[in-house]
Amino acid sequence: MSQKIATREAYGQTLLALGQENPNVVVLDADLSKSTKTYDFSQRYPERFFNMGVAEANMVATAAGLATAGKIPFCSTFAVFATGRAYDQVRNSVAYPHLNVKIAATHAGVTVGEDGGSHQSIEDIAIMRALPGFTIFVPADARETEAAIRAAAAIVGPVYIRLGRSGVPVIHDQNFKFTPGKAIQLQTGDDVTIIATGIMVAAALEAAGVLSKAGIKARVLDMHTIKPLDVVAIVAAARETGAVVTAEEHSIIGGLGSAVAEVLGEHQPVPLQRVGVPDLFGESGKPAELLEHFGLTANAITSAVQAVVARKQ
Amino acid sequence: MHSDKLQQLQTQAKVIRRHIISMLGASGSGHPGGSLSAADIVTALYFEVMKINPNEPKWSERDRFVLSKGHAAPVLYAALAEKGYFDVAWLMTLRKLGSKLQGHPDMQKLPGVEMSTGSLGQGLSVANGMALAGKIDHKDYQVYVLLGDGEIQEGQVWEATMAAAHYKLDNVTAFLDHNGLQIDGCTKEVMSPEPVAEKWRAFGWQVLEIDGHDLAQIVQAVDQAKQTSGKPTMIVAKTVKGQGVSYMQGQVGWHGKAPDAEQVEQALRELA
Ligand SMILES: Cc1ncc(C[n+]2csc(CCOP(=O)(O)OP(=O)(O)O)c2C)c(N)n1
Ligand SMILES: [Mg+2]
Repeated sequence: MSQKIATREAYGQTLLALGQENPNVVVLDADLSKSTKTYDFSQRYPERFFNMGVAEANMVATAAGLATAGKIPFCSTFAVFATGRAYDQVRNSVAYPHLNVKIAATHAGVTVGEDGGSHQSIEDIAIMRALPGFTIFVPADARETEAAIRAAAAIVGPVYIRLGRSGVPVIHDQNFKFTPGKAIQLQTGDDVTIIATGIMVAAALEAAGVLSKAGIKARVLDMHTIKPLDVVAIVAAARETGAVVTAEEHSIIGGLGSAVAEVLGEHQPVPLQRVGVPDLFGESGKPAELLEHFGLTANAITSAVQAVVARKQ
Repeated sequence: MHSDKLQQLQTQAKVIRRHIISMLGASGSGHPGGSLSAADIVTALYFEVMKINPNEPKWSERDRFVLSKGHAAPVLYAALAEKGYFDVAWLMTLRKLGSKLQGHPDMQKLPGVEMSTGSLGQGLSVANGMALAGKIDHKDYQVYVLLGDGEIQEGQVWEATMAAAHYKLDNVTAFLDHNGLQIDGCTKEVMSPEPVAEKWRAFGWQVLEIDGHDLAQIVQAVDQAKQTSGKPTMIVAKTVKGQGVSYMQGQVGWHGKAPDAEQVEQALRELA
C-alpha cells in the first residue's frame, strides 16, 4: 500500500489507451483539462477533444449530440459542476433519452481540500442515483479506475464515474476482477460487514485489520458500483454477519449508506451504521485534515463497527 | 422555386396544420400556437430540404432536425407521419397513456425523432454535437435546429451559439421561430431577447432574416446556408404564433391550450 495515485490520474492514462483502441472515443472538458487529466488526450488526439470553455451545460448536451451519431463521449469537469450546474442537461439530454454519454467527474468529495465547500461535491451520488438508467461507478484506486473507465466505454448507455483529486493507495492487485454491479469481497469475516466505496475502501481495510486484533472479524466489500447495486452481496452479508457499516466520502444522505439501508430495510433488517459526511457542506483544509474532521477515517469505521456489533442480538 | 413545387409545399403545410389541430383536439391538451408558427419551416425542411430516408430512420448519412422547442411536438409528429415514418393514425394517440407520441418528443419511443427535447435551451448544443460528429467522420450531412424566441432567454443557448462559431460548424443551420410571444406575454415585455440578428452576428454567425411563412424564402435561405462555409447560419424567421387559424393568430392565450370541438371545426374549415 505504499504508492499513492489519484483516481483522476488513472482516468487520464486510461483515456489515452482508449483513444488508441477505439476511434469513437471523444473527450469534452470545460476548461479544467489539466485538473481532470483529460489534457494528455487533448494533446494526443486533438481532433477528438473538445474544450467547451466554462460552459458545463453546453458541454453535456453537446456530448449527447455526439452520442446520437455513434461517438462515445467522455465529459469531464469537477463533480460539483457535472451534477449541479449541468443537472438538467444530464437529466433531460442524457438520462431521459438513455444516450451513450460518460460523465467522468473528478474532484468529488472533501479531498478536494483547500478550495473548500463550494467545490466539494458531497451530494453527487445522491443526485445521480435517482436518475433511471444511469450506471454509477466509484472506483477505490488507480487499478479499479482503469477497469471502471474501460467498463464505462463498453456499456451502451449513460455512466457516471466518480473520481478524486488526491492520491489514494493502490489496494487491488494486478489480477483483480472488476465486474460492473458485483461487489468485490476483499476480506472474509462473520461478525460484521463493512461496505465501502471509493477512497473509503482503503480505510475499511485498515479498520478491519485493527478490529481483527480486537477479535472482531469484519467482512469487507468494495462496492465500486453504486448502481446497479449488488443487492445479493448486501443481503448475504447482512444474513451471514448480522451487522453492517457503510463508509463513503459523501453525505450520509442519499449515497451508499442510504442505498444499503434501503436494501436492508426491505430484505434483511440488521443493525446499520453509516460512516460518511454528516449533513453538512465541506470546508477548506488539507485533504487529510478534512477526512479527520468529517470522521472519514479507519478510526471512525472502527468505532462504528464496535457500536453496531454491540447492537446485534 | 418552381411555382407548382411551391404550391405543392403550401398544400403540404396546410395538411400539417390540419393534423396539428386534429391531434390537439383529440388529446385535449398541448401547444397549438408554437406548432402552427413553425409549420412552414418544418414543412420546407421535411418536404424539400432534408436528405432523409423514412424507411431507414437511422441512416448514417441523413440530415438531422432537432426540435429544440420541444413543446411544438405536434408539428414534428405531423411531418414525420406525412413522410411515412409511422402510420398517420398514430397522430390521434398524442399524449395518451402508452402512446409513442409523448407530450414532448421522445427519441426512444418514436422513429424519426432525432433528440428528446422539452426542457428548453438544449437543442442547439445537441445539434452542435451531431455536427461535430459529422466533421470527425467527414460526413456531409446537415444539422437543422429550431429554437423559440422565448427559449433563447436560456443562457445555454448562448453557450452553444459561441461554441458553434468557435468550432466553425457550417453544417449547423438554426431557425429562430420569431413569433414575439412566450407564455407570460410578449417576449419584449417578459425579457427582451432583442436585437436577435445583431446578437448572432456578433457571435460570428451568418444571419439571414426571412418571412417564416414564405416557403420559397425558407428554402432559399437554407440554400444560402449550405453554400456558406466556416460559420454556422441562423435564419431569423419572422412568424405569427397560431398562423393559419384566425382566432389563434398572435394570441398569447393559445400557447398551451387545446381547441374544443367547435373550435377544431372552425380551424379545419379555415385550413380547408
Ligand atoms: C427549461 C424550461 N423552462 C420552462 C419551460 C416551460 N415552457 C414551455 S414553452 C415556454 C415558452 C416558450 O416560448 P417560445 O420559445 O417563444 O416558444 P413558442 O412561442 O415558439 O411556442 C415555456 C416557458 C420549459 N419547457 N423548459
Ligand atoms: Mg415565441
